[in-house]
Amino acid sequence: MREPKVTVKIPRPLYQRIQQVIHESGFSCPTDFIVFVLRDIVGDRALEKADPAAGAKTAPTNEEVAEIRRKLHNLGYL
Amino acid sequence: MIPAHGGRLINRLATGAQRDALLVRAKAAPRLKVNARELADLEMIAVGAMSPLEGFMGQADLKAVVERHRLANGVLWAMPVTLGNKGLKLDVGQDVALEDEAGRLLGVLELAEKFGFDKNVEAQGVLGTTDKTHPGVQYLDGIGNEYLGGALWCTDLPKHDFANEFRLTPRDTRVLFKAKGWNSVVAFQTRNPIHRAHEYLTKCGLEICDGLLIHPLVGETKSDDVPARVRMDCYKALLAGYYPKQRVALAVYPQAMRYGGPREALFHALCRKNYGCTHFIVGRDHAGVGSFYGSFDAQAFMRKLDPQELGIEPLMFENAFWDKRAGSMATNKTSAADKPEDMVMLSGTKVREMLRAGMRPPVEFTRPEVADILIAALAEKAPA
Repeated sequence: MREPKVTVKIPRPLYQRIQQVIHESGFSCPTDFIVFVLRDIVGDRALEKADPAAGAKTAPTNEEVAEIRRKLHNLGYL
Repeated sequence: MIPAHGGRLINRLATGAQRDALLVRAKAAPRLKVNARELADLEMIAVGAMSPLEGFMGQADLKAVVERHRLANGVLWAMPVTLGNKGLKLDVGQDVALEDEAGRLLGVLELAEKFGFDKNVEAQGVLGTTDKTHPGVQYLDGIGNEYLGGALWCTDLPKHDFANEFRLTPRDTRVLFKAKGWNSVVAFQTRNPIHRAHEYLTKCGLEICDGLLIHPLVGETKSDDVPARVRMDCYKALLAGYYPKQRVALAVYPQAMRYGGPREALFHALCRKNYGCTHFIVGRDHAGVGSFYGSFDAQAFMRKLDPQELGIEPLMFENAFWDKRAGSMATNKTSAADKPEDMVMLSGTKVREMLRAGMRPPVEFTRPEVADILIAALAEKAPA
């Protein structure tokens, strides 16, 4: 049984920016990138509830994540 | 994802406006050259591999680590991470610009303490010996009498001339493990080529974990250890031929070797926790040198630690070998072989003799691709 999905709307310029960011990064489409980032943020929020200092200053930015994924893709890991 | 040791992945790598400000501060600061170990430690502190450390140790932390393998605040920590003064006249409270051998700026130390520490006490407490033939003791003897403690900001990571694409930081490996969907990852630390015995241990680990991180130490080692460049060729050849691509990652671990046996086994494990690993292989004579430590001292030490506090699960293995009767790799725990002639086990000395003579050790001991790389490397090194 397929998991239920919902449609979320984002501004077109933001979508186009994400397309640029993920170019050759290993993400196959903006949707994958958005899901990845949101899962990360939601995970960090859970950690911050447990320890407010945990997540501060250490979570990579979206651009940093894309850059890291590019590096990993070039190694053949993603 | 497993939390970093101490609860937060440290990031001391300055970027943007913060880096610009540090560059200005560094211009006005006295310059201190770091040695190879300090350079590796600086890199690891900067990228969070030594979380929760945010700089080089002060006296209270050093004392606590030496005496009871903890930081002064009680957090488990195995090894000193110290910066030696090299004869500069410094005042507490000032910035110290840290540079590499070539004079390239690496970062700024916010000097909080200058202090001396009894080297015999440090050696005995951490290494378990003051014997001058131990490389760790030799290091202490060579670094002067004053330590500098304080927070570190790194402006530029050290430059390396090999394996750069494999220099994954804890941030990188955590992104990788998450993207792969690996909830459990076993790390394998080594400063040697991977022979069949090590290959077996890593695969045992992979049987119970989602992923395997082959994580060779590439910082400074003894002059008679196989050079990191040669080892990297061995690891790549082995992974290409003998490991499932989708389950294994190779990345380098920048640490300089301390040869600290039990204490270093704990150090290695805690740092791999920072890389996002949940399990860590502890083999025979882990991080040992010569006959300073018993074959299973490191494992015994790790067993005494509170698993909750350690936070990463050590996987302990006995010596592995090819079991001729069973026709497979095994250890004493899993083998019925009880005669030496039923096992393929070679001493390090014997293996080096064979390789120097251009002979491949038996395939039950090492993969031919690895043997060929080592033979070529030794031939290159041999006097004409």
